[in-house]
Amino acid sequence: MEMIAFLLNGTFVFATALIFAALGGLITERTGVINLGLEGFMVSGAFTAGVVSYYAEQAGLGAASPWMGFLAAPIFTLLFAALHAVASVKFKANQVISGLVVNMLASSSTFFLVKLLFDGAAETPILNHVFNKVYIPILSDLPIVGEGLFRLYPVTYIALILAAIIYFIMFHTPLGLRMRAVGEHPGSADTAGVRVNRLRFLAVLAGGMVASLGGATVTLTANSSFAFHTISGQGYIALAAVIFGRWHPIGALGAAIFFGFAQALKDQMQIVEAAKFIPNEVFYLLPYVLTLVVLIFTSKRSSSPAALGEPYEPGKR
Amino acid sequence: MSKMKGLVTRLRQESVWISLLSIVIGLIIGAIVMLVSGYDPLLAYQSLVEKIVGNSYDFGETLRAVVPLIMTGLAVAVAFRAGLFNIGVEGQIVMGSIGALLVGHFVSLPPVIHGIVAMIVGTLVGGLWGMLVAWLKTSRGINEVISCIMLNWCALYISHIVIRTLMEESGTGRSKLIQESASIQLDSLSAWMDGARIHWGFAIAIIAVIGYSFFMNKTKWGYEIRAVGSNRHAAHYAGMKVNSTVLRAFFISGMLGGMVGTFEVLGVFKYVAIAPATSGLGFDGIAVALLGMNTAIGIFFSAILFGALMYGAQGMSFGADVPGEVVRMIISIIIFFTAAPGLLRMFFKLRTRKGRKGANANGNDSVSS
Repeated sequence: MEMIAFLLNGTFVFATALIFAALGGLITERTGVINLGLEGFMVSGAFTAGVVSYYAEQAGLGAASPWMGFLAAPIFTLLFAALHAVASVKFKANQVISGLVVNMLASSSTFFLVKLLFDGAAETPILNHVFNKVYIPILSDLPIVGEGLFRLYPVTYIALILAAIIYFIMFHTPLGLRMRAVGEHPGSADTAGVRVNRLRFLAVLAGGMVASLGGATVTLTANSSFAFHTISGQGYIALAAVIFGRWHPIGALGAAIFFGFAQALKDQMQIVEAAKFIPNEVFYLLPYVLTLVVLIFTSKRSSSPAALGEPYEPGKR
Repeated sequence: MSKMKGLVTRLRQESVWISLLSIVIGLIIGAIVMLVSGYDPLLAYQSLVEKIVGNSYDFGETLRAVVPLIMTGLAVAVAFRAGLFNIGVEGQIVMGSIGALLVGHFVSLPPVIHGIVAMIVGTLVGGLWGMLVAWLKTSRGINEVISCIMLNWCALYISHIVIRTLMEESGTGRSKLIQESASIQLDSLSAWMDGARIHWGFAIAIIAVIGYSFFMNKTKWGYEIRAVGSNRHAAHYAGMKVNSTVLRAFFISGMLGGMVGTFEVLGVFKYVAIAPATSGLGFDGIAVALLGMNTAIGIFFSAILFGALMYGAQGMSFGADVPGEVVRMIISIIIFFTAAPGLLRMFFKLRTRKGRKGANANGNDSVSS
């Protein structure tokens, strides 16, 4: 019983970063721009959170310092998001390559800056103040779900609320309709008066900012510092969550939680005596294999935005 | 026809120009970054070059760093030419190294033959792993980018499971060594280069570059790959089997990746480490292929450039105290400008427009956006 509660709690702890990143990816991809840059945006967010929170701590901001880092992450990440937007939207570069360049540049420049700022250190100083789990009154005393769902980091609740907001914007506002139209059939959207490339440009920026919160989450909850292995591939997993969730905010949320669950399961299994004879890696392997299996059975009914990956040329119909 | 050919060569020339310009801009921006950060860029570049060609050991090790990039660049390019993205070279390298490791460790064969067999097995395993991506695409419609990402992680953890259950050198976080008979290191050459790890892969990489050029331009399969890459519908209409061409391209691509894995195991390290992430060589291959414009000669030179820069980075941090990450920044800036040639053209246009007023103003794509 207690294990289920821990499993549930762990699921959401691990999923939070992925939820942010997946939502960021979703915003971008729904307008028709492939976002492989999620990894780089997360790295940049994690770096900014580590550095800004540290200096905020030094300045004596105490418990407010992780929030400073959290809020600074999207601002700094705008730089990398703008690169992706300029290359892939304005100059119609291959979107996959542009995303990969962002990843490479984000990781190399942030590691460079860490060494520069902290005298050649390989990671940012360990933070004294990171996010603490919030105990929601009354609800957190419930059996199982109390531990599982109502004793989480504040950012987890923010991520869940953000998913709801993005769902609402996407499917219940004119802006969301325009974004989806631009991703499905930019030519028609243009005819209807939507400025296709401007909307895409802004979507890449917004997506990068949201994704960076995922990176900040990793630094400010699990790690307490930023090093070269802090993110290691989570951005790609978030992209998988977008596709797994069929480019739908709630689907992406579910997929991110699923990946979080796989991660938590792995941690719990290391404790269980009966599973000792199974190599840990089998549990590491599980989410990827499951994703592939699910894709094998569902991909024929693919629901990717029709214009995904195609730069928009106004003259072309 | 000749008009077409002229156009093609002209385009080629322009893109060569853009590549060279990107390299120069990358190096300049790198220097500016170093200057702003309070380092000495001249000293940094000097120690970079010294590390690359300073002595025979370093020169040999630079070549060692170049060889896998030539191969992964070619691997990415084969898929590129078929119109597909192979970002799964990472995983194909891992699978190749595991194949070679298993044969190298468990099978007993005479020297040379052992190495050849281990290489062939690793190469085939890599090829099949690559073909899996193509199969998922052609039969199930799964986007190759996403299946590559998944399969990269799968390959990594499969390698961990294989090593942990069959041949872990306990307490070291790596596999047991291969048998000496499976080594493809060229001992006399290595000794001559003060211990730099020189192996058969050097010759194979050269052969692969020539072979790639011949295959793409002179054979039926190569022609089909290019046809499918430029317009799969037209290729289908012309009676080509698009799906089998895609499968073939990914098999070849995967084999080239797998072969890199065998080089690293049989020629360089003699073991496989239980690493938390894949090597990154496959991703570097994308950079190489892109800067090299998917041509044999271009890949050859860009692999030399990137390999030398990456190896020389150590010298930079040692000799000038500059963090080696600067080199990766430079490489990504180079790729950024190569991938978005419009950016350079814009700067270029701004300059020429003064001379020939309005001559180049057409074709501007920001008309209605």
